[in-house]
Amino acid sequence: MEGDLAHIGAGLAAIGSGAAAIGVGNVAGNFLSGALRNPSAAAGQTATLFIGIAFAEALGIFSFLVALLLMFAV
Amino acid sequence: MATEAQGAEHAAESGGLVFHPMDQFIVKPLFPQHSEVASVSTSDLNGVLSTGETVPLSLQQIESFQSGKEVIVNLFDAGLQKLYWFTPTNAALWMAIAVLAIIVLLVMGSSRRAVVPSRMQSIAELAYGFVHKMVVDICGKEGVKFFPYVMTLFMFIVSANFLGLLPLSFSTTSHFAVTVVLALLVFLSVTILGFVKNGAAFLGLFWVSSAPLPLRPILAVIELISYFVRPVSHSIRLAGNLMAGHAVIKVFAGFAALTVVSPVSVLAITAMYGLEVLVAFIQAYVFTILTCVYLKDALHPSH
Repeated sequence: MEGDLAHIGAGLAAIGSGAAAIGVGNVAGNFLSGALRNPSAAAGQTATLFIGIAFAEALGIFSFLVALLLMFAV
Repeated sequence: MATEAQGAEHAAESGGLVFHPMDQFIVKPLFPQHSEVASVSTSDLNGVLSTGETVPLSLQQIESFQSGKEVIVNLFDAGLQKLYWFTPTNAALWMAIAVLAIIVLLVMGSSRRAVVPSRMQSIAELAYGFVHKMVVDICGKEGVKFFPYVMTLFMFIVSANFLGLLPLSFSTTSHFAVTVVLALLVFLSVTILGFVKNGAAFLGLFWVSSAPLPLRPILAVIELISYFVRPVSHSIRLAGNLMAGHAVIKVFAGFAALTVVSPVSVLAITAMYGLEVLVAFIQAYVFTILTCVYLKDALHPSH
């Protein structure tokens, strides 16, 4: 029974990766819309883009970690 | 290497192509000690070592034992050989290969100093220029002092990531033990640097002076928490990304056992592999750029 609940929890944790995908999409989409308005300023902001993506993605990775822990460690 | 051995064992047991997605987490000694099995109790299909401890045997080993051959058991698989910090493992081997690859690329690549660079030299120069520009852009001129550290981090992570993509290799950066050490070193050195350079003024990092006064204590708590979560997210991001990518590839590899699905599976593996090449570079870049951001916070803590 415990194993079943852990598997359900791991599946629920996968929602987090979908949420992270929305976040990363938001960052990249807004960057692109800004970059197309002012292409000359875009090149200087790629580092900021990657930092933003990294922060948005980190929480998705955390949910993946939770899923892994539920599958193999609990 | 570990993947291969483990995969072969799984295949031998189930009679098909089976990959376990977490195979890459098996750290094995490079020089395993072996022992011949003295007798096998066929009732529970476990062998007994001369020391009297039971050893799990694979089907192959049991078959060869029943046909009268000598059975050699890997003591590590049997759980009788321990790993110490000085035991040469496959993890240590692949980290050493990564370091060697960096030395070959940077030292041999730049030693000829040709005006018209060879391919190796131009890659070495590109890597140097790339990281140098990143440090200068984010930390300013003061940060150039710490360029060697940032360059070392970048080169180690990027070469370890790419080496991990080779079939049958061992991806060291997908292990938390490796990335946590890298991230903790960054965290500790940045914190110490901040206090040495700015003294108590470094605490101004947590006191957001642009916010309204009543909000500042609450923000200070949030900033403090986010500061201490930095090494966690810094390390887990790298290891998690690599681990997830490799696990996905292995899951698709597992589907290849079904003949109908295998063409789709091969295509999917190829596509994922292309994505992983991208991820291997981007994660090294992200790790380095975050190191630069943390370094900038230590050099100029004022909000």
